[in-house]
Amino acid sequence: MQTKVNYLLRLGDNALILSQQLCQLCGKGPALEEDMALTNVALDLLGQTRLWYEYAGELEGAGRDEDKLAYHRDAHDFKNCLLLEQPNGNYADTMVRQFFFDAWHYFLIVGLTRSSDARIAAIAEKSLKEVTYHLRRSGDLIVRLGDGTEVSYAKTQAAVNDLWMYSGEVFAYDAVDEAMVAEGVAPAAADLRAQWLAHVAEIFAEATLTMPPADAWMQSGGKQGRHSEHLGYILAEMQFLQRAYPGATW
Amino acid sequence: MSKEWPLWEVFIRSQHGLAHKHVGSLHAPDAEMAVNNARDVYTRRNEGVSIWVVRAADIVASSPGDKGALFEPSNSKVYRHPTFFPMPEEVKNL
Repeated sequence: MQTKVNYLLRLGDNALILSQQLCQLCGKGPALEEDMALTNVALDLLGQTRLWYEYAGELEGAGRDEDKLAYHRDAHDFKNCLLLEQPNGNYADTMVRQFFFDAWHYFLIVGLTRSSDARIAAIAEKSLKEVTYHLRRSGDLIVRLGDGTEVSYAKTQAAVNDLWMYSGEVFAYDAVDEAMVAEGVAPAAADLRAQWLAHVAEIFAEATLTMPPADAWMQSGGKQGRHSEHLGYILAEMQFLQRAYPGATW
Repeated sequence: MSKEWPLWEVFIRSQHGLAHKHVGSLHAPDAEMAVNNARDVYTRRNEGVSIWVVRAADIVASSPGDKGALFEPSNSKVYRHPTFFPMPEEVKNL
């Protein structure tokens, strides 16, 4: 049971950390419409976080609700992938991070709709519309940025080169993931990776971007609680109020 | 060329709506992004909606000065208005 709780926390943590990062851009988007779109994505992800945490807390049975899980865990207890805690940077950095995540998230959620766990399948079903839209949007923007001006191309290619080493962690399955695959809860890494690579290659070709080698070395550790230096700052800001006034209701 | 994205007018038919209604406008670089943006700004992605976007520059509006000639309904001439025919129950949405 603890294995499934851990798996659910990973799903929730990914969505929460990315949502928190996108929220920092509220009011700072390159255009009003982009600003709203990014905020919408952040809200979708936050909603998904709540569903994963709620289920994880129930399964765990230790009285930790979604707020406890979000606000009363420190960095080493967070299991999000390193990609998602990378700084927002410029808009190309933000969108490349988003695109790498969305492409994985979409195929993952499609896989999870066939999960042997009915509750997980139901949450995936509910999220599918949202992640389909996220992927369409970020893919579209990658094409526009890559195949835009010389400057936008250079910035996007630089973001791709910088973030590539964080893109593979989601496919590095450990004992938790493998147990979930064996139970029919989660889709296998090889299938997801093949779908991800094919989709990224297709969008990059259209965007005139160069895709780094698929077998490049990949950074990992986030799923096991070993994070980059960025996560501590994200959590310090996110958790401040609950740390200062623990258990306060709002 | 202006650095500002062109203005688009947005029309949306809601889930149970019969016709597209003008809901507002937005700036977007092209039609595809205008539709995407309209979804984010005006619908929050409700199912069953239909969105039309059209460049504001492509809309021709009537001039307020023509009000009399275009819209004076000839209220004094009752024979011009089809108000003497009872509508059958079955005819909806007229």
